[in-house]
Amino acid sequence: MSENKTVTFIITRQDHPDEQPYEETFEIPYRENMNVISGLMEIRRNPVNANGEKTTPVYWDMGCLEEVCGACSMVINGTPRQSCTALVDQLEQPVRLAPMTTFPVNRDLAVDRSRMFDSLKKVKAWVPIDGTYDLGPGPRMPESKRQWAYELSKCMTCGVCLEACPNVNSKSDFIGPAPLSQVRLFNSHPTGELNKSERLQTIMDEEGLMGCGNSQNCVQSCPKGIPLTTSIAALNRDTAIESFKSFFGSDQRI
Amino acid sequence: MAGTRGYVNRRLHSLLGVIPIGIFLIQHLTVNYFATRGPEAFNAAAHFMESLPYRYVLEIFIIFLPLLFHSIYGVYIAFTAKSNLGNFSYFRNWMFMFQRITGIITLIFIAWHVWETRIAVGFFGAELNYQLMEGILTDPFFFWFYLIGVVSTTFHFSNGLWSFCVSWGITVSPRSQKIMTYASIIVFVAISYVGVRTLIQFAYGA
Repeated sequence: MSENKTVTFIITRQDHPDEQPYEETFEIPYRENMNVISGLMEIRRNPVNANGEKTTPVYWDMGCLEEVCGACSMVINGTPRQSCTALVDQLEQPVRLAPMTTFPVNRDLAVDRSRMFDSLKKVKAWVPIDGTYDLGPGPRMPESKRQWAYELSKCMTCGVCLEACPNVNSKSDFIGPAPLSQVRLFNSHPTGELNKSERLQTIMDEEGLMGCGNSQNCVQSCPKGIPLTTSIAALNRDTAIESFKSFFGSDQRI
Repeated sequence: MAGTRGYVNRRLHSLLGVIPIGIFLIQHLTVNYFATRGPEAFNAAAHFMESLPYRYVLEIFIIFLPLLFHSIYGVYIAFTAKSNLGNFSYFRNWMFMFQRITGIITLIFIAWHVWETRIAVGFFGAELNYQLMEGILTDPFFFWFYLIGVVSTTFHFSNGLWSFCVSWGITVSPRSQKIMTYASIIVFVAISYVGVRTLIQFAYGA
């Protein structure tokens, strides 16, 4: 009975970063509990489209297959999310797959998320402890703080919040919610806090906090449930205090 | 620092919307509300505002310059957004889009309103009084034009008050932002009533 059941995928494909996208429909045999990735694997195994024509296998990115690496994000039925945790049984048919539009497409469903990693470098989303000798243990962190900071550390740079944000687009330089929330994470760390002012100054520019328009799509879309808008509002408070402190020039930077 | 200029402008935009423009809006609607007490009361209140000392300084620094900055920068903000309500029809995303749409409507309305009741009046020496507004608002087209303009302005201010609180880091937690949502709805209903009631007074004398 279930042997004859099929699943239809309508996939937005693109052969090359510079070429025009096109749609291709695939009909593949249904299996119980299949996710979008197992569907894509089936297409890769037998790359024949719904018209029975042989085609190139659909290309996509993946890594962990358990929603912690962020590599397999794509737009599934209009919603950006990870394809590993998108269960076919819970999706409306036909399943429409498209690459995220905020990022340049490498090929088919694989996009280039470099801009997010560049943003992480820009805001110095790390704790600088490298040196030539052992610095010893750092200061302790209060448990109450560790609990909310841990939530922020769940970010996997998947790009869904940038895709959902109406202010991250070709007309704006906004780096998006994810790297901003990382500023809050590393500013909350007892050793990372030493560079707090530097990180805040970095996001007080054309690409930073000012790009937020409070549509709050990011917090609704984040697959890890990170309180992104709380992070942005907290940074708004921090940068307000930072700018009041250095309104007539800062004693720190003379 | 050149890098922070954009950030400072954005914060200034947010601040000017509340102080002084928002304060002026409430004052303006309140003075107009005198119309509900009859033409004499309105004329007396309007005359008092007109005869304030160093009136041009007040107009330029409290109204025109902040308004000019807020509107020009606001148009830039509105056109850098790319609506995605189709796939993300959340309440705040609707508010985000309405804020930009009402901003543009308000700009058109205020440009016309300032021309009609301030600049044209100032140039041609007409008297700003109850009869002038009655003449404008008894025309059904202009009554609806003003109604849409006023409600769009009050919405833009009320919702702007909410985002002002976020942009300045006053409301950080989701709970405080939710409470502020309710507060901004109350502000919207209250000042819309004041504005619309005045319009009805001029149009229908009721």
